[in-house]
Amino acid sequence: MIQAEDRRFHQHAGVDWAIASPAPALRHRQGVGCAALRYSVHRIRRADATITGVAPIISVSNLSKTYASGFQALKSINLDIRRAEIFALLGPNGAGKTTLISIICGIVNPSEGAVSVDGHDIVAAYRTVRSMIGLVPQELTTDAFETVWATVTFSRGLFGKPANPGYIEKVLKDLSLWDKKDSKVMTLSGGMKRRLLIAKALSHEPQILFLDEPTAGVDVELRKDMWQVVRTLRASGVTIILTTHYIEEAEEMADRIGVIAKGEIILVERKDELMRKLGKKQLVLQLHNRLTGIPPNLAVYGLEVNADGSELMYTYDTRAERTGISALLKDLSTAGIVFTDLNTTQSSLEDIFVDLVRKSK
Amino acid sequence: MNFRAVRAIYLFEMARTWRTLMQSIVSPVISTSLYFVVFGAAIGSRIAEIDGVSYGAFIVPGLIMLSLLTQSIANASFGIYFPRFTGTIYELLSAPVSPFEIILGYVGAAATKSVVLGLIILATAGLFVPLRIAHPVWMLSFLVLTAVTFSLLGFIIGIWADGFEKLQVVPLLVIIPLTFLGGTFYSVNMLPPFWQTVTMVNPVVYLISGFRWSFYEIADVSVGVSVTVTLGFLALCLGAVWWIFNTGYRLKT
Repeated sequence: MIQAEDRRFHQHAGVDWAIASPAPALRHRQGVGCAALRYSVHRIRRADATITGVAPIISVSNLSKTYASGFQALKSINLDIRRAEIFALLGPNGAGKTTLISIICGIVNPSEGAVSVDGHDIVAAYRTVRSMIGLVPQELTTDAFETVWATVTFSRGLFGKPANPGYIEKVLKDLSLWDKKDSKVMTLSGGMKRRLLIAKALSHEPQILFLDEPTAGVDVELRKDMWQVVRTLRASGVTIILTTHYIEEAEEMADRIGVIAKGEIILVERKDELMRKLGKKQLVLQLHNRLTGIPPNLAVYGLEVNADGSELMYTYDTRAERTGISALLKDLSTAGIVFTDLNTTQSSLEDIFVDLVRKSK
Repeated sequence: MNFRAVRAIYLFEMARTWRTLMQSIVSPVISTSLYFVVFGAAIGSRIAEIDGVSYGAFIVPGLIMLSLLTQSIANASFGIYFPRFTGTIYELLSAPVSPFEIILGYVGAAATKSVVLGLIILATAGLFVPLRIAHPVWMLSFLVLTAVTFSLLGFIIGIWADGFEKLQVVPLLVIIPLTFLGGTFYSVNMLPPFWQTVTMVNPVVYLISGFRWSFYEIADVSVGVSVTVTLGFLALCLGAVWWIFNTGYRLKT
């Protein structure tokens, strides 16, 4: 029964599997580009301002958080979130993702630094700021004994919005919870509870939506349906910040990606830029005779030789119209360079993410 | 002022009362009625009048106060503790509401329930013993003031508690003994001089004394002192709540 309800949500969301098919994987040769991606945050912010020319909707400045136990969860974070973008914040457990979100939403007090939302300080203008924000928490925290309708209506009232049964009805229908409106929350499946949390977060028509690991523990099919809901929200002008462990979620959804580790932002990059930088592959040739240098007629290929001269490496863009491999092999033959074996290496965003996180330790 | 949020919290809490009608209203009414039957009709008929008031009628204000105190604390403490326990407190903390509005919603609902319960018990008492209310406005004022004050105390307990057991500790180990020893079933003047002095440390004495005065114009302490002590305790609770929200104690890390 519960599964049937989830499936109805899936049908209602009208997921077009052709559209919802996975985006091209973000690829990069392991190690290549990592250093280049490690921009200083200030440089990124200046670059963003130049590109967009629009004030960020969220601006985090030198934000730090040290808990009473002495654990420093955030270390001087600087981050700008643009209007109507989907920003994915990636990081391992304990990296500081939830702490960052909780501070912006008013649940956790910052130790140092400032956050402004749409130009308003989150402390001084907390009413204005919080009425703009919807939060879907990581845990399935719900009022077990309330009905779906009551708990969503409560959320709208709590955020100071006048009663609007029509809007609540639309939200519940959009999330395929309408036929459960009179059911107690405790009777809902996990997937439905997750959608209920989204409905509660949307009940006051927020301009910014925080999704803290929204698809944790959700099956693949439902996860894709949720992605579709998020895309629809973004299309309506809602800015979405999601944290996730799933790299594919970031690949699928995000306009920009940020990586946080040990309380520090170690990467912020546009997804398409990442695609460009990471969408590369490396061809490694095992040479018959060691090379001491690159012959001049091969300089155009940007080849690299390993330390002992036994391997020749060629990095190319898999998405380019021509990879240049055929020409390279021909020119190698012309230059009299013989190879005994060849292989290609390719790393996913996940590899890059893991590498970044490991190096940050 | 976010009146809609106050209303939402208030209605949410009041809705819980209807869902738990047996626990919230019926159960305390039945237990208090049993007190009237046992101490009012059965034993009370063998006890002499106190200051010209039959024993059954004499204990009515104290029994109402007993229910008022325990239910105010129970309603308010559970109201704020349960969201903390389930984790739904995140919504309250991330909402555009001030501490005052949160208090108004939770304490307002808890106090409303207690006052309604007190009035129901009063009406029930009228079925068992002859009642006279000399100062109805003062009676209602004491009822509301005590309900609000102890709902605030309940709210503080709900913030302080880190388990369901602690929610029960204060009502069971502190409030009920203080109420029983605070003149519910006797006049303080009936105690030996030494214990008369000791019992004046018990704040519930002042609540019951003032409340009983509004019924029968008899009091163990002057009504002015009763009101002052009650207002003083209210101020103490307000100070504690202000400190909680100012520091984020048990709410924000």
